[in-house]
Amino acid sequence: MGIRNIPAAGTHRKRSRVNNHFRSFVGTDPHQLEVIMINNAFIFIIVSIVLTLLSLLLDRKKTVMGLKKGWKMFQNIAIPFLNILILVSLALYVVPPSLIVKYLGPGSGWGGQMIAAIVGSITLIPGFISYPIASVLIKEGASYAIVATFMTTLMMVGVVTLPLEIAYFGRKVAILRNVLNFITAIVIGTFVGFIL
Amino acid sequence: MINFLRRKKQYLWLFGFLAVTLASFVFGFNPGKEVFGNFTQFFIEMVTFIPFLFIIVGLFDVWFPKEQVEKHIGQESGIKGILIVIVLAMLQAGPLYGAFPVAYILYKKGASIKNIFIYLGAFSSLKIPMLGMEIGYLGIQFTLARTLVSLPLFIAVGYFMEWYLKDRDFKINKI
Repeated sequence: MGIRNIPAAGTHRKRSRVNNHFRSFVGTDPHQLEVIMINNAFIFIIVSIVLTLLSLLLDRKKTVMGLKKGWKMFQNIAIPFLNILILVSLALYVVPPSLIVKYLGPGSGWGGQMIAAIVGSITLIPGFISYPIASVLIKEGASYAIVATFMTTLMMVGVVTLPLEIAYFGRKVAILRNVLNFITAIVIGTFVGFIL
Repeated sequence: MINFLRRKKQYLWLFGFLAVTLASFVFGFNPGKEVFGNFTQFFIEMVTFIPFLFIIVGLFDVWFPKEQVEKHIGQESGIKGILIVIVLAMLQAGPLYGAFPVAYILYKKGASIKNIFIYLGAFSSLKIPMLGMEIGYLGIQFTLARTLVSLPLFIAVGYFMEWYLKDRDFKINKI
């Protein structure tokens, strides 16, 4: 990751690690990823404005109700979300990217994917928290296949919640479902890595 | 009371972080500054789309209530039945263990084994708020690739479960 030490052409502004990694990750066009991010924001803003207007046209009361509901959900996750951002910022400082590249990078092969699948199965990280983590992993050099495997096991396999699942479905079915989904997650990760 | 304490704890983290950051800037503690630099980036990234995502999710919630979709569960079979459970799953939110009680309801309403497991698969990877987050953080390309690969696979898991469990007296217990 020698790129990090090369000052970016034309900018004397101090950049944090994340930003430098935008550069090394994207390679040829340093602004590409930032542009994608801004585009993303635009998509969200435009879609939400259009939907709100459309909804207002159709039913004023429902729209107000929907906006209130959305605001409430946002309030519920805002503080936990900020906390997780703090944690990720800290982790990003402590964990060297070379470590991430070594164990979760494109060169880590099956081993990396197994690590991702096992960690994803065991941990119980709420979905909305896992996305910033996944995006940092990718920026720091983890491969798409591994991140997709991690996200999928996180969502579909639950070792911690297995007792609860057994209570609902019975031992055999619960274990079968988890094992099947574990395998499926690895297949999904492999395919996603192949596509991207 | 416990809830109140939990809330407090959340704020404690945030205020602790802000205090350490402030101290870092006052005393020139570089690691603290760098961590704050990372945090600012993440914060900006979040602020640019998450509030809008919740506008979309909130509107979806009032215009497409899950109760309405639930009514059709069990009556439809074939592709239509699969589509209905997937749409129902997309309208949900929360962790996977929140899907088990709903799986019980589907079972009670006479949904097929296949559709119950397709529901669980769709629940874990196609919830609308989560898709929004995924697009925001990992990009539409990643989201599309993952979704399109996952969809046929968990439908396949559903078929497999039905084939395997058909003669093994499958039931879901109420808790």
